[in-house]
Amino acid sequence: MSAPKPVVGTRPVAVAAFAQSPSLRRVDQANEVEMLMPVISEVFAKAKMTKDDIDFICSGSTDYLIGGPFSFVMALDAIGVWPPKAESHVEMDAAWALYEAWVQLQEGHIDTALVYGFGKSSLGDLSRVLAMQLDPYTMGPLWPDQISLAALQARALLDRGLSSEVEFAEIAARSRKDALKNPNAQVRNEIPVAELLEEDYLVEPLRRHTVPPISDAAAAIILVAGDRAYDVVDRPAWITGIDHRIETHAFGARDLATSPSTAKAAEVAGVGRGPVDVAELLAPFAPQEVIVRQAIGLGEETTINPSGGPLAANPLMAGGLIRIGEAAARIWDGSSTRAVAHASQGPLLQQNLVCVLEGES
Amino acid sequence: MSSESTEPVTMLSTPIRLDYDFTAGLSQSKTLAGYAQGKFIGQRCPKCKKVYVPSGGSCPTDGVATDEIVELANTGTVTTYCVVNVPFAGQSIEIPYICAQILLDGANISFMGLIQEIPTDEVRMGLRVEAVWVPEEELTPNLSSVKYFRPTGEPDADYETYKEYL
Repeated sequence: MSAPKPVVGTRPVAVAAFAQSPSLRRVDQANEVEMLMPVISEVFAKAKMTKDDIDFICSGSTDYLIGGPFSFVMALDAIGVWPPKAESHVEMDAAWALYEAWVQLQEGHIDTALVYGFGKSSLGDLSRVLAMQLDPYTMGPLWPDQISLAALQARALLDRGLSSEVEFAEIAARSRKDALKNPNAQVRNEIPVAELLEEDYLVEPLRRHTVPPISDAAAAIILVAGDRAYDVVDRPAWITGIDHRIETHAFGARDLATSPSTAKAAEVAGVGRGPVDVAELLAPFAPQEVIVRQAIGLGEETTINPSGGPLAANPLMAGGLIRIGEAAARIWDGSSTRAVAHASQGPLLQQNLVCVLEGES
Repeated sequence: MSSESTEPVTMLSTPIRLDYDFTAGLSQSKTLAGYAQGKFIGQRCPKCKKVYVPSGGSCPTDGVATDEIVELANTGTVTTYCVVNVPFAGQSIEIPYICAQILLDGANISFMGLIQEIPTDEVRMGLRVEAVWVPEEELTPNLSSVKYFRPTGEPDADYETYKEYL
């Protein structure tokens, strides 16, 4: 067996182990460290490794969720970094922490990396917290809530004739139904589209079902370079392409109905070089899935979010890493040969990461 | 506003307030509940046997849960200190006062406390102190249950006993 040749980078790197905590509306017993510890233990157990086998650690989280400084330093207590380890952090979804670890692995000095992300969105008023990521001069002081902003994007899609409220409901119904098979998901039910469409608008044209839940959770992945990946998993999920791109924070300067940053990242990651059987997309609002699918170029042959996706569980800072983990799990279990994971960060799909995972056929 | 206000905007004030529900977590809750009973409650790492007060839930060295509950003594040693002479906004204590790192007997980490009932020029490293708690009916699950620490009158602790905690 040998790893497929990567399109981006030169060294084969695989997603070898993945663990996540159940997404809950509110984890009120455990603090962040206590929420993270079982996840770290589980990912080590799955990889048959201890912290001593890890060459590099990278995490994704944000102090704005916890409302306190340096929460990523505190989170290291969940691992116990003694003797000291090379460690880094991104104030972003942990999918970007994975990207940083992947770059480190490309440089060839290390062979293994632990990546984790955690977020408790329940601690503050999430709409106000998320307003803090807007430009601080003209947009932030207006404190627009995230649902109203997403409604602008949905409206742009509808006005362009690119989607419909029925399609939004179909996306939500499919996500919640698929989530019935995912014990870590939060919103799990089977409700007919017609019934969903009877809900009142939260902010027109968005009904409750088009909006992601508020979730607390943590997730972790272990990356392994080269043949060592076979020591961990029979059919490693090789990262053959990965890229991320960003757009301006000024909404007025963007076409909200499209996502050129996702399209560019997908192109560089080499998505179009072969069929995609599974895609895990972090498009938290139902209309955003339409935009991301179109930008990546996914068609009918691709199963979207078999985990239920972000409409079933949306833990900020961990959600993108979970998409990569869920996509990798489909490679490991043989149900996918070529999967795409997507992560998004910032308001209205401002920054996007696309990762192509392949298993040997 | 008149249309004549054409001065360029050079400064913008954007007040921000965010409210959070703090989650103490399982381990810190035990320490906080201890304050409400007038006790210092720490937790021991099963691996390195160090006692943390409070514990965040995990041993920062070993990364394992600190699940053994340890009730600590009411006495400890000043490892280091400073005399605060500078007034600042929100100050609630009359200056000068002494802010010290105190290593409770039986603990492996020091924490910050106020020292009183001793002239500021007599406080020193190694000074043995004990906690003075608020009256029982005023005890609450936070550190304000500890009024301050005061000297016990014991001989100073040997430097060797606290040199690892500076």
